[in-house]
Amino acid sequence: MKGATLRVLNEIRRKREGVIHATWLDNGESWLIGRDDAPDAALARDIRQAFRLDQSRTLEVKGRPLFLHVFNPPVRLVIVGAVHVAQSLAVLARTTGIDPVIVDPRRAWADARRFPDVRMIEAWPDDALAQLKPDHRTAVAALTHDPRIDDPALIAALRSPAFYVGALGSRRSHARRLERLADEGLDGLAMARIHGPVGLDIGARSAEEIALSIMAEVVAARNGKVQ
Amino acid sequence: MAESGLMEDILETAEAWSGDGHQVALATVTRTWGSSPRPVGSQLVVRQDGSFRGSVSGGCIEAAVVAGAREAMADGKVRTLEFTVSNERAWEVGLTCGGTVQVFIAPLK
Repeated sequence: MKGATLRVLNEIRRKREGVIHATWLDNGESWLIGRDDAPDAALARDIRQAFRLDQSRTLEVKGRPLFLHVFNPPVRLVIVGAVHVAQSLAVLARTTGIDPVIVDPRRAWADARRFPDVRMIEAWPDDALAQLKPDHRTAVAALTHDPRIDDPALIAALRSPAFYVGALGSRRSHARRLERLADEGLDGLAMARIHGPVGLDIGARSAEEIALSIMAEVVAARNGKVQ
Repeated sequence: MAESGLMEDILETAEAWSGDGHQVALATVTRTWGSSPRPVGSQLVVRQDGSFRGSVSGGCIEAAVVAGAREAMADGKVRTLEFTVSNERAWEVGLTCGGTVQVFIAPLK
């Protein structure tokens, strides 16, 4: 690999854009293929599939081994509420290779010092999510316990293709939440996407344990183990 | 995945080491057969002095991969190594159930 190729590859990855590094394994010659590049016709299908399945693999092309190394942007976790659980959750997301983003309109909470190096958006969640545009590689967890903040976050998340939507709260508060969301016009199918109470049931009690249970559920959803 | 303090970014490390004037090689898992501990695309970055970051297995083929990477830096050529492990030895080298893993090594130029 050439040093210049590596520098461009890292630049693209820092911009959170998808890219494939293609290498002929017999001589090491390599090049980059962006998501919007038009690859030559023989490879187009394999390249689209590699991006979509997020799966690197070696192909035989004209009898030669060609390795497609996929670098999709990292999966994102939008954490609504700069609360205590969010501090651990942001760290666990990072550990798992997931990009955390914290959204909270309340100045007193959205204190960057509590979240070193984590992207923080001080805004109402509907505005923040309009900006973040959750896609099928985005998870959203609403953690404030405050319907004025959590509800608009959930409504925006459920209108997006986010692969995971979770909301903190007891069964009882979740039932009340579903009634409010129904009043807002969300149907049962959409609301069934909400993981509430949030997180895998590991008997979590402390903020750290709750963060771990949420993180486990997000990973399970990403890996297709929970719907 | 860049700039994560907890999950080290192999390609950022490669660029940084190279920028510091080190010779660097990258090892990448390009194929696996059977069960293998690290997926295709996993990477290891190696420096001429033998320092490395990342992983291409559960830990026990790393020594051979680092040796291969230092040879690649010395002769400037790419190489492909294959490791197959019998069930009896699989546990020792961290490849479960007789997996095979192919590792491509390329010096950074």
